[in-house]
Amino acid sequence: MTRAIRPRTTPKTGVRDDPASAYDMTASDEGIEQRTLACIVDNEPGVLARVVGLFSGRGYNIESLTVAEIDRNAHQSRITIVTSGTNHVLEQIEQQLLRLVPVAKVIDVTNSSGGIERELALVKVAGKGDARVESLRISEIFRAHVIDTTNESFIFEVTGASQKIDQFVELMRPLGLVEVSRTGVLSIQRGKEKAG
Amino acid sequence: MDGNSKMETQAPKQGLGDQQLTGAEIVLRALADQGVDTIFGYPGGAVLPIYDAIYAQQQVRHILVRHEQGAGHMAEGYARATGKCGVALATSGPGATNMVTPLADALMDSIPMVVFTGQVPTHLIGSDAFQEADTVGITRSCTKHNYLVRDVNDLARTIHEAFYVATHGRPGPVLVDIPKNVQFAKGNYVGPEAIEHRTYHPRTEPQDKRIEEALALMAGAQRPIIYSGGGVINSGPEASQALRALAKATGWPVTSTLMGLGAFPASSPQWLGMVGMHGSFESNNAMHDCDVMLCVGARFDDRVTGRLDAFSPGSKKIHIDIDPSSINKNVRADIPVVADCGKALKALVNGWSKKVGKSPDIKPWWKQIDEWRARKGFAYPNSKKLIKPQYAIERLYELTKDRDTYITTEVGQHQMWAAQFYHFQEPNRWMTSGGLGTMGYGLPAAIGVQAAFPKALVIDIAGDASVQMTMQEMSCAIQHDLPVKIFILNNEWMGMVRQWQQLLHGERYSHSYSDALPDFVKLAEAYGCHGIRCEDPANLDAAIMEMIDTPKPVLFDCRVEKAENCFPMIPSGAAHNEMILGKITGEEIGEAGKMLV
Repeated sequence: MTRAIRPRTTPKTGVRDDPASAYDMTASDEGIEQRTLACIVDNEPGVLARVVGLFSGRGYNIESLTVAEIDRNAHQSRITIVTSGTNHVLEQIEQQLLRLVPVAKVIDVTNSSGGIERELALVKVAGKGDARVESLRISEIFRAHVIDTTNESFIFEVTGASQKIDQFVELMRPLGLVEVSRTGVLSIQRGKEKAG
Repeated sequence: MDGNSKMETQAPKQGLGDQQLTGAEIVLRALADQGVDTIFGYPGGAVLPIYDAIYAQQQVRHILVRHEQGAGHMAEGYARATGKCGVALATSGPGATNMVTPLADALMDSIPMVVFTGQVPTHLIGSDAFQEADTVGITRSCTKHNYLVRDVNDLARTIHEAFYVATHGRPGPVLVDIPKNVQFAKGNYVGPEAIEHRTYHPRTEPQDKRIEEALALMAGAQRPIIYSGGGVINSGPEASQALRALAKATGWPVTSTLMGLGAFPASSPQWLGMVGMHGSFESNNAMHDCDVMLCVGARFDDRVTGRLDAFSPGSKKIHIDIDPSSINKNVRADIPVVADCGKALKALVNGWSKKVGKSPDIKPWWKQIDEWRARKGFAYPNSKKLIKPQYAIERLYELTKDRDTYITTEVGQHQMWAAQFYHFQEPNRWMTSGGLGTMGYGLPAAIGVQAAFPKALVIDIAGDASVQMTMQEMSCAIQHDLPVKIFILNNEWMGMVRQWQQLLHGERYSHSYSDALPDFVKLAEAYGCHGIRCEDPANLDAAIMEMIDTPKPVLFDCRVEKAENCFPMIPSGAAHNEMILGKITGEEIGEAGKMLV
């Protein structure tokens, strides 16, 4: 079903105009925003497949996903998902995640709502002469660390907001960029409280 | 099988003497402790240890089916009629994949069910072993939750947890996949008492604030309606009682979804009939024009709402649901109430009785509803020559209403006619595949109901096409002496497909004619059932009585008018107040509507 065939009339009171299905969303849809969600889940076999399957089955986007155990004794993992959609779709994503039996909590850790986001990247750059010197100079500006070097290459470790890493990678491209490995976004709420 | 080495590694952690049971024995012990009296299953290589354990005990009755899909639907029928959790058992590989349809059906209709499947031994998992399938992978999206049990010492806890998850919160199917070596291995048994899920604790009590807000909105309603659904049935008989009490206290009209039929008595003058695509004219118009809608245990399915942006445009909506994801999914709720339906309804009944001030007079609203009623949306021209399908259901209703009757259906025109013309007074008397729309559901579901209530009159209102999808279970009915009555409205068509082709596809009847139909009477006799054929309206009553009085399974071939269509109808892509009462030409449905299912 595409958007074009949805019969549309002027919205009336109490009637939502959002697309009912995430499949109806197109890039030009107004009101699409990005959200970072942290799911605290029981670390049991298949839990990641459940979460990912929910996104693919219901047509939701995953822009970034990271997962790791955070509490071995409590068998808990934290899955951080960057997704996008209209407010309605994002609200559904949260509720559908909570329907999954092993999902204990879903926390909105989006930057704009008080979350602090970080991503780590390993960036391999190969080159000689001026390009090599320039890549090292830029890495200092980005506070990247050199974690491996040969006469003709560096591997940089760089941490920051995703946009910062995008920028770093772009700057390295003409200087001999070979390979990039990124963790995906991690996020946590600012302040002293435990979220959720 | 060659699982010996693994079996040794799964040896018991502590020696507790006679507390040590094999995995298969643990399954049976756990079923007994969960109060399960009947399971529906089919044996195979990967569940043979469990079948040994079944053989060795008397407490749990096993109904042998003819196809695993039948076992799943029987468990669903059993669950819907009793309010308990249904249980089915199948082997690995094809046994498990055959179970996928009932699992998806139970998930859509929120039916509590625990399904056990055998799996190849743990050391063979992932090796493409004989009859191996990734059962938890395949069923992940059609179960509420599922488990693969790798250690026999986790088995008892997992089974009890499976029952807990299936029956708490919004009910649903849970699958437990048990490798064969785990069934052989010995381990510790724990009882159901100690089991509570680590994280899954769904909210059931309504928030006081939400109830107050709902009552405040209700108090000012001039054109109210109660829209109830299957959640009221799932919540248990007390919820139906609370719904009746609320309707009595408020004087409000009540409609319901297909799944909710029976929660409110059809004999009440406040009953408007079913809502939705083939619902009553008065109910759909009342939904469209109401100012306050109290939705309880229903989920604004597309078959109910019709065109979403024209759905009940002027109303404020209160939505009670135990599943927060149902709220605001399709239709924005003004007052969301996350709670068990029964508890929320009781709170509303109590609150309403303490209400101060006088509510607006709703007599003008009832006058309007009566005008819609007077249009007699379900009227049809009867015939003396041919049995009209509507007439057949009407007669079936009249001749069975004073008995202890349960009705199941398949999916299609006959299902809608059953919902329109069979009138339910009590919950749990109506089993139909609503969300998934599974043809072939009704016959096995009827067997499941009959297994729970051997003396009741259990009738599957069927179509000639649907019934052939699970016809083999007649053999199961005979074997277990379950005298279900299969009442086939035989129009020699996949009627609903034909109706849509007539209305939407230029009368191109592509592959919807039931060619080469079997002789259902001879088929009945071949199975050892009783076969009845009726073609003349004058003989219908006598034939139905013959069916009722036959103490064994019956296939009733009721030959009905072939071209009859199901009306009234909200065409796809239309609004509630654009309902079509009689013959339509196809012009009513735009291109956009044709794209919708």
